[in-house]
Amino acid sequence: MIWSFKEDRPIYSQLMDQIKLGIISGEWLPGTKLPSVRELAQEAGVNPNTMQRAMADLEREGLVYSKRTSGRYITEDEAMIDKIRSDIAVENINNFIESMKKLGYTPQDTLNAVVKAVEEVEEV
Amino acid sequence: MTEFVLDIKNINKSYGKKNALTNISLSLERGKIIGLLGPNGSGKTTLIKLINGLLTPNSGEILVDGNPIGKDSHIDVSYLPDKTYLPDWMKVSDIFMMFSDFYSNFDIEKARDMLRRLNINESDRLKTLSKGNKEKVQLILVMSRNAKLYLLDEPIGGVDPAARDYILNTIITNYNPDASVVISTHLISDIEKVLDEAVFINNGEIVLHESVDGIRENYGTSVDGYFREVFRC
Repeated sequence: MIWSFKEDRPIYSQLMDQIKLGIISGEWLPGTKLPSVRELAQEAGVNPNTMQRAMADLEREGLVYSKRTSGRYITEDEAMIDKIRSDIAVENINNFIESMKKLGYTPQDTLNAVVKAVEEVEEV
Repeated sequence: MTEFVLDIKNINKSYGKKNALTNISLSLERGKIIGLLGPNGSGKTTLIKLINGLLTPNSGEILVDGNPIGKDSHIDVSYLPDKTYLPDWMKVSDIFMMFSDFYSNFDIEKARDMLRRLNINESDRLKTLSKGNKEKVQLILVMSRNAKLYLLDEPIGGVDPAARDYILNTIITNYNPDASVVISTHLISDIEKVLDEAVFINNGEIVLHESVDGIRENYGTSVDGYFREVFRC
């Protein structure tokens, strides 16, 4: 996994987002064992406590779970993974609509432009 | 074990008439990596030298793991100076032996293992090593001691980005929940991801002590960005 970080948000929440993307994209399959916090911190080049915090929060959300003594695993709950996929999709769309507003597009203008772009992609 | 691995209470330090540090108080928990960040001449090196006993304060108290600065604290503090102090003619193996003699908590096997990963030979003399490799050898020496407090003064200044990555990676790999690492630097963007907390120091006073993610959450900018705001000239 390639890790990258933006300036304007806490690092732990960016770690959570990137791990979620790794799960949704299938890079980490449901039920896989995760590397240790120390290994993940090393790989991402981040503070181990920050990685620990990201993992604890993902665990609270149910996306990963720990087995006593044997480590952390990706959830096998496919419905939950689908739910997170659609949550992120909605968030991306909302951000997109907001950025189009700054260009002077109403939501309807944006929709029309998207429909047109999709049609062009399909024609190719 | 005391709550704080480092507890500084109201210290003052002046060089002649010039105040270097004014009424500094700072408590650091265990298991943290802390950035000591400030412009040139802000007092970073003075503060570090007070903690390792190379300087003495005019007033105030410093405790390392509950011990005042002295022979009981020295063993717990592992210090990387901002300048090389090791004689050039020495071989790496000589320096390893010297550290074994000086420090009962120097883990020579750990040092050898770290050296092997770098493809540096123990029989190499310091003067034959590149600047980056010299820095790496010094970091290995410092991180191979089982100390409670590691003080790294400008560990990433003057080395190339790959050597910088190695140094930061070594700090992460050696993370120990019972010990803390203080890194002094003005190259903030490079080390920000590695830090738990940032301490801003300016004109000999501490102006901020907060977690990295706390700064990002509260001010909507990186520690580097916030530093540039606070210290704008």
